[in-house]
Amino acid sequence: MTKPIHFQGGVHPAYNKQFTAALSIEEMPLPERLVVPLSQNLGAPAKCLVEKGQEVLKGQPLGEPGGFVSTPVHAPTSGKVKKIDFHPHPLGRAMEAIEIEPDGEDRWAEGCGPLRDFDAMDAAAIRKAIWDGGLVGMGGATFPTHVKLSPPEDKPIDTFILNGAECEPFLTSDHHLMLQAADKIIAGGKLMAKVLGARHLMIGIEKNKPDAIELMREASGDGGFEVVPLDVEYPQGAEKQLIYALTRRKVPAGGLPMDVGCVVQNVGTAAAAYDACARGIPLIERVATITGSGITNPKNLLLRVGTLLRDVIEFCGGLNADIAKVIVGGPMMGISQYSLDIPIIKGTSGVVFLKADEVTLFTSQPCIRCASCVKSCPMGLLPTVINAYSVNEMFDVAEEYGAMDCIECGCCAFTCPSHIPLVQNVRRAKAEIQARRKKAS
Amino acid sequence: MIVNAILTLAALGLLAGLGLGFAARVFAVKVDPRVEEIDAALPQFNCGACGYAGCADYAKAVVEGKDPGLCAPGGPNVAARVAAIMGQEVSAQEKMVAFVFCGGSDTAARKKYHYNGVIDCISANLVSGGDKSCSYGCLGLGTCVHVCPADAILIEDGLARVVPELCIGCRKCVEACPKNVIHMVPASRVVHVVCSSQDKGPVVRKACQVGCIGCRRCTKAVDDEQITMDDNLAVVDYSKPLLSREPVESCPTGAIQIVETEFTAQLPPPAETAGQAAEEAQA
Repeated sequence: MTKPIHFQGGVHPAYNKQFTAALSIEEMPLPERLVVPLSQNLGAPAKCLVEKGQEVLKGQPLGEPGGFVSTPVHAPTSGKVKKIDFHPHPLGRAMEAIEIEPDGEDRWAEGCGPLRDFDAMDAAAIRKAIWDGGLVGMGGATFPTHVKLSPPEDKPIDTFILNGAECEPFLTSDHHLMLQAADKIIAGGKLMAKVLGARHLMIGIEKNKPDAIELMREASGDGGFEVVPLDVEYPQGAEKQLIYALTRRKVPAGGLPMDVGCVVQNVGTAAAAYDACARGIPLIERVATITGSGITNPKNLLLRVGTLLRDVIEFCGGLNADIAKVIVGGPMMGISQYSLDIPIIKGTSGVVFLKADEVTLFTSQPCIRCASCVKSCPMGLLPTVINAYSVNEMFDVAEEYGAMDCIECGCCAFTCPSHIPLVQNVRRAKAEIQARRKKAS
Repeated sequence: MIVNAILTLAALGLLAGLGLGFAARVFAVKVDPRVEEIDAALPQFNCGACGYAGCADYAKAVVEGKDPGLCAPGGPNVAARVAAIMGQEVSAQEKMVAFVFCGGSDTAARKKYHYNGVIDCISANLVSGGDKSCSYGCLGLGTCVHVCPADAILIEDGLARVVPELCIGCRKCVEACPKNVIHMVPASRVVHVVCSSQDKGPVVRKACQVGCIGCRRCTKAVDDEQITMDDNLAVVDYSKPLLSREPVESCPTGAIQIVETEFTAQLPPPAETAGQAAEEAQA
């Protein structure tokens, strides 16, 4: 490799992966209750299919898609529907969720489990299996996978990329999934590439995971995926940055990766795609990193979707006394939680527990025009300018400066020596611009 | 020498003056005098409530035949004056003011977490819908205060309050509020339900002391459906007159309140003070 494998901008936060980097994936035993939210994807929530008191089997659909940009949700185990009500959701607002009391037998629904001849499946069958399996982007954005696999005909896809960068500090779930399920990831990736008709298959993995790079190279063999070691820099795993690092193609402003002939999927999604196609198993469990100095025993856990965070904490030995912040996702882009009753959802890549001395509150100072944020912005924006227009409520000008192209990675706020909440203010402008667009339409 | 200079300059000045005078006549832009008159009659808040870029722009639009009664801050008086300039008549419309449909102050409402972010409602609303336990309530961080051109909004105890006497009715706060708790009400109305929560009673009770729990007592305290229930929330129908303190007194949580304005005197005096007044009269 001669070309530098990174993107413009970016920052180097403390990686803090040591908590769980050496721990292989452990399966958490079935908890006493599971709460499965109907909204687990970007787009429309699923529509409930079950009633209170109904017996359900593992893998049985609990909700059907509420539109094309929507996915079904499935029962993570067999048991009884105890309650259908609003329940705290990791995204903040309480949302409708189905509470299941497991019967402990884990009986599979019909059609789940036995190995099928997945090589014989054509593109439409694979796409249907993936939609029926309720697959979403498992890196955290939860965009429905089947939508990404349905590009319009005028946008041919030549490059399919698997994202194993895992650039968020603390998280090691994708790393260990690659170590323990490399074959599944490769097979699932090939199935998705087949749907798209992509010829060029790539896997991007940050250089700080040499064992995963080695193993994925072995697993993909000749003529399969090209495994590319990436420079360690945040946000290397962001879709547009990954595409640029691997192919030197730039996704146009307001565009999608399919505009430059690329589709990116997380390695976890690839493994789930294999399960959905080859064995008819829907997305009902995932690997998540439970980590940080605030939890007694950090772990990489295989968790059922719907497991309550409270139960996970108990399984990991409880919280340390001076816990101050619980973040679902990584510390850079994750969401702080106010309740421990939230369930693990399909997009929960990890939960970070931080102690009081690690959570610092800054008072923001005036901008000193140092341009640190401009240099660090991976989208090539001017965060300080957008920030100023957002603060002064000139949202239309903020939009002209590309506020809507912000990927909210947080590099600007991370690097700002004046501790200005740049990304927060850009998000505010984005929210306002979106609200105005909605009003106008 | 000096004479030459004076003559030259005088000649130049004369020439330039004649040129300017000529240009002023030939290139004069004819302005309808009514535009200036109307502009002078408008209150010059330049708030944009009429839908035009400012008072001057609206004055031009009126002369071009637009409705003379669109100036919200001006109210009926300005509308009448503008209409008179145009030789039209305008039907008297009641002045509308903004009102915050939330009583969840920091003392009354529970908070679900400690918010450390940017002091602004839109930002706070992005973080799990804000720090108040009630997902419908006023966040009290003052996004409406920033947009108000009349300085008519105050934040008191974590809750926005519109001063009805100062409100010019421009609707800017109504549009800026990310929680949609600000709506326009007729200025003469003083009995309001200070809650927007459509949650069920027990949920409201947990989140806020002054929330509407949907008990329907107020709907029974009125005689002509002036208050109706809509999604677990009592709603005042402002098209029907409501001159009674009974709904306020019937509310177990205090979610129906009387706003003190010049119009409060329309209501019958409260029961206790009425008694006192009668005693004083007897004495």
